[in-house]
Amino acid sequence: MWSLDTLPKGNYAIIDRVEERTAADPISARLCELGFVPGESVKIVATGPVGADPIAVSLGTSRFALRKGEAARIMLRRAV
Amino acid sequence: MASPAQALRADSTLHIALVGNPNCGKTSLFNQLTGSRQKVANYAGVTVERKEGFFSTPQGKSIRVLDLPGAYSLSSTSPDEDVTRDVCLGRHRTEPRPQLLIGVVSATNLRLHLRFLLELRELGVPIIVALSMMDEAKRNGMTIDIAGLERDLGLTIVPVISLHRQGVQPLLEVLDHPVPAPPAPLQNGLDIHAEVRRLIQTYVTDRSAGQERLVDRIDRWFLHPVWGPVILLIVLFVMFQTVFAWAQPLMDALESGITLLGELILRPLPDGVLKSLLADGVIAGAGTVIVFLPQILILFLWILALEESGYLPRAAFLLDRLMALAGLSGRSFIPLLSSFACAIPGIMAARTIQNPRDRLVTILIAPLMTCSARLPVYTLLIGAFIPHKTVLGIFGLQGLVLFALYAVAIVSGVVAARIMTRGVKSEEHPLLLELPPYRRPNLKSLALGLWQRAVMFLSRVGTIIVSLNVLLWGLSSFPLPPQGATGAAIDYSLAGRIGHLMLPVFAPIGFNWQICVSLIPGLAAREVAVSALATVYALGVSEEAAPEKLLPLLSSQWSIATALSLLAWYVYAPQCISTLAVMRRETRSMKVVIGATTYLFGLAYLAAFIVYHLTKAITGEA
Repeated sequence: MWSLDTLPKGNYAIIDRVEERTAADPISARLCELGFVPGESVKIVATGPVGADPIAVSLGTSRFALRKGEAARIMLRRAV
Repeated sequence: MASPAQALRADSTLHIALVGNPNCGKTSLFNQLTGSRQKVANYAGVTVERKEGFFSTPQGKSIRVLDLPGAYSLSSTSPDEDVTRDVCLGRHRTEPRPQLLIGVVSATNLRLHLRFLLELRELGVPIIVALSMMDEAKRNGMTIDIAGLERDLGLTIVPVISLHRQGVQPLLEVLDHPVPAPPAPLQNGLDIHAEVRRLIQTYVTDRSAGQERLVDRIDRWFLHPVWGPVILLIVLFVMFQTVFAWAQPLMDALESGITLLGELILRPLPDGVLKSLLADGVIAGAGTVIVFLPQILILFLWILALEESGYLPRAAFLLDRLMALAGLSGRSFIPLLSSFACAIPGIMAARTIQNPRDRLVTILIAPLMTCSARLPVYTLLIGAFIPHKTVLGIFGLQGLVLFALYAVAIVSGVVAARIMTRGVKSEEHPLLLELPPYRRPNLKSLALGLWQRAVMFLSRVGTIIVSLNVLLWGLSSFPLPPQGATGAAIDYSLAGRIGHLMLPVFAPIGFNWQICVSLIPGLAAREVAVSALATVYALGVSEEAAPEKLLPLLSSQWSIATALSLLAWYVYAPQCISTLAVMRRETRSMKVVIGATTYLFGLAYLAAFIVYHLTKAITGEA
């Protein structure tokens, strides 16, 4: 089990769950609304120029820029 | 907008609203439906842009349409999304609940957009689905079983292509039918994500899956850790180059046009108070400001095109770490970039920042980004005082000074933001930014956007700026000098007196009373200061008010220390009442406005003081 911020660029993985950092974490809630839900497949398509932060994540037909702290909430399992 | 006949039929007008995710093609659909029949204003109490338009169907039904701000869900995280949620739920204070929602869904991003549509479907309001960007989805190798999806959702789905009028014809025809019944809600406890997945699996075949799409190919370069920033720098460089280079011929043409117009109007008039009012107050005042219209429009053309093409969020992605230095996120980049045109749209663009603290700090430092209204002042002073010579073989000294003024302002903004965000680091501020597919900007949308900005700018010129110039002309013309007076006429006027009264405060930073006088109308809008100086000097020195005469006049009358001090003052001073008014409206707090004014004036005075005394020490002036 590992989180999205540590996924190497170009690799696919499946979302296992989205963790809450605080009670009723608004960031986790928004991640779910954007489609980061268990079972979806994600890939990192680009990393920022400084410290590889933020990351650009492809999710289905959309892509999002996430900071590492946001991506760390998304727990992954291996793509099959 | 409404004629009396229309007002009588007001009851028969159908009220509809366009709802959808950001980047779903909602705005181009709105533009295509309404053309130029739109009204752009703000929702009561907040400065979320309220776009309303009017059109009629083939059978003559008149329709009022509201373009609601883009939202990802009804559980809102920003003032924009608040408006969308409240209007959809019928909870908005001033906006009645629409009779029909048009749920705009992009065929290229069904997974995200269908989820919001399912949320809207639960509201119990009639919905028609406009499926946009079908052409693009087809090109990507995607086929959608629209009839099947329609049956399953229980909603009418109309494919639209917002590029041309025929593309929205099917939607217009559907609107001629009676409003459909509200959809039945989903059974309780159904997972909305699972439902979206099922719909896509059943009705969408995507032959492009696994294939490389255009966006992948472009992003490989645009988001590249090395090439990405290089490309961004080139884009910004070309942007600012064109703002200055392309605008110049247009500005010259406008300037001679205005001079010609002035001569035509004034020739038949006898010399006297009226002629002086028209020439020195109205025409000179409006003229010196209108010439900046090309610059402002070219800058806005760039910002609109970059926004529509999908590049701006990429720029935010690349600059996120840089903005983090200032304690902000990449989202602040767009408002701050807009502030280089004018702080007002910049402050208004800050409403897309979800974190309230980031939003406030962005608003507070937006006035430090060198807006185009400062350029007339910079250009005049640099032209008059900085020698036209080359440094290190390639750089013009004048250009370097201008660059330094911009750079100092940006660095000050970063430092100010850093100080304001100090100590609240523990709180997380999200980036969470969608990187939409690249699109060719739609010419019609660009033209409409530019038109709206031109009207905004010119109505400001027409109202505030001209009236202030007339006021200033009055202040500097009356009372008339007594019979047999020997000094310049303006010395006896009210403006002269006010300028002299202000002098003790501003003398330590090297300002003379003429500058003090021009600072007063400069409060209404920075660019007025130049025409005000022209008025003050023209009236005080010669009969003709000609701004170009200002240049040699200033270089002979002011010391270089005074000029540099005024430049430093202009980097910081919150010399624009409109900006402060927008700030007040955006934050709904007088405390913020007073705080901003105090810190900016404080910085301005300090910077001017340091620059004045440093220059005097270096040049050895008395």
